[in-house]
Amino acid sequence: MPAKSRVLPVLDWISLVLVLAATGMVFFYAPTEEVMGLVQKVFYFHVASAWVGMLGFGVALVAGIAYLRTANPKWDQIELAAVEVGIVYLLITIIVGSIWAKPIWNTWWTWDPRLTTATVMELVYAAYLMLRAGIEDTERRARFAAVYTILGFISVPLTFLSIRIFRTIHPVVIGSGDPTATGTFAMTPKMLQTFMFSLFVFSVLFVDLIWHRIRLGRLADTVEQLKLRLSQ
Amino acid sequence: MSGQGVDPVSSPITGLKTQEDARQESTGASFLGAMIAVLWKDLAAEMRSREVVSAMLVFSILVIVIFNFALELDPQVRASVTSGILWVTLVFAGTLGLNRSMAIEKDRGCLDGLLLAPVDRTAIYFGKALGNWLFMLIVAAIILPLYSLLYNANLLLGGLILVILLGTVGYTAVGTLLSAMAVQARTRDILLPILLFPVVIPALIASVKASSGYLQGLEMVDIQPWLNLLIAYDAIFIAAAFMVFDFVVEE
Repeated sequence: MPAKSRVLPVLDWISLVLVLAATGMVFFYAPTEEVMGLVQKVFYFHVASAWVGMLGFGVALVAGIAYLRTANPKWDQIELAAVEVGIVYLLITIIVGSIWAKPIWNTWWTWDPRLTTATVMELVYAAYLMLRAGIEDTERRARFAAVYTILGFISVPLTFLSIRIFRTIHPVVIGSGDPTATGTFAMTPKMLQTFMFSLFVFSVLFVDLIWHRIRLGRLADTVEQLKLRLSQ
Repeated sequence: MSGQGVDPVSSPITGLKTQEDARQESTGASFLGAMIAVLWKDLAAEMRSREVVSAMLVFSILVIVIFNFALELDPQVRASVTSGILWVTLVFAGTLGLNRSMAIEKDRGCLDGLLLAPVDRTAIYFGKALGNWLFMLIVAAIILPLYSLLYNANLLLGGLILVILLGTVGYTAVGTLLSAMAVQARTRDILLPILLFPVVIPALIASVKASSGYLQGLEMVDIQPWLNLLIAYDAIFIAAAFMVFDFVVEE
């Protein structure tokens, strides 16, 4: 059985402290936005979790390509872990975004290009999980899953670019967007620092979670092998 | 793709060293030949059985009839939803054809036979994809005039036909690849639409927008971005399918 790395519990604690620090920064360090008020504070974790979601799908793409090149099951485990973490964080992004949208756009949901492409992205990776569930042979499952992460990745750049190329009410904070977007604001230096810190914290959290998930995958494999040995 | 083909020693279908050699030698002309042979096989089978196209056609007409009642297609509503109806019909009928086209290969081990042939495997993919594309075009060629007749609207516009050509290319390029994956899964009957629709949505949105642009007589400036998106989508997915098809049929 693979031993638990000493670094992992340390990273758990570091992530916990960082998340608490980021929460503190959001509430006590970053100034409250003039027009939108307190609800704008959702922004820091909304963008940070979107970043983790897309990072997860990006890691899955790289792992998928690496699997097809090497046929090493290690990459399949990384790919699955990255997709699962990505799906959860994208869902958090959508829910948190809804909470922001209700007072600002006056609706929980609207079929804006950004919201639509994000939903499609979530559906692509939900389909990925269904594909995996439908195939028993582990080698074939890994191969098909890798192919699907490559095809499905198109939804990620499309979602990222959607607010930059289409007319949309979703604000673009980094870079320039449609000036008619509702809820746009200019960041003060303290806001920018909090935002950057949130991105960093969520990236650390991502590494921690994906590490745990890969370890879980390995343990599950070990259990499978032990079961096989018992039945023989 | 080096080292990813069938390993002649460890493969369950042994003694195919010569086949592997032949596959490496086969280039240009034989690639095209193999592609046309696969396409011809599908067309000949379809000519005799008339299973796929007739099923797709009847299904498309049913979808249009259902839409007629679901949406109360009076002339005002029709103007804005025609392109949507057209594409939903084509896409749903398309999954029928895609599923069937790979299922007949899988059922009696025909796919294994095809894969044994000493040709580049991507030639098989392009042959199948071309066949699927033709079937979709045949269906489109019948439902366009039919819709025009039933709803007293002229859908036979050059622009719309161009969008249908472009949109169905991307759709069948991804669809053929994913149907080859879906038939090898335990949940084969339900898997294809679930895998295919989210990936194909960008092309579908572009097709619907471009089609309704032509139908409503918009300026080319408004339609061009959607056509560009469609062309980019087609190019990306044909290239992607070309690169990964080997991994989908590898045993």
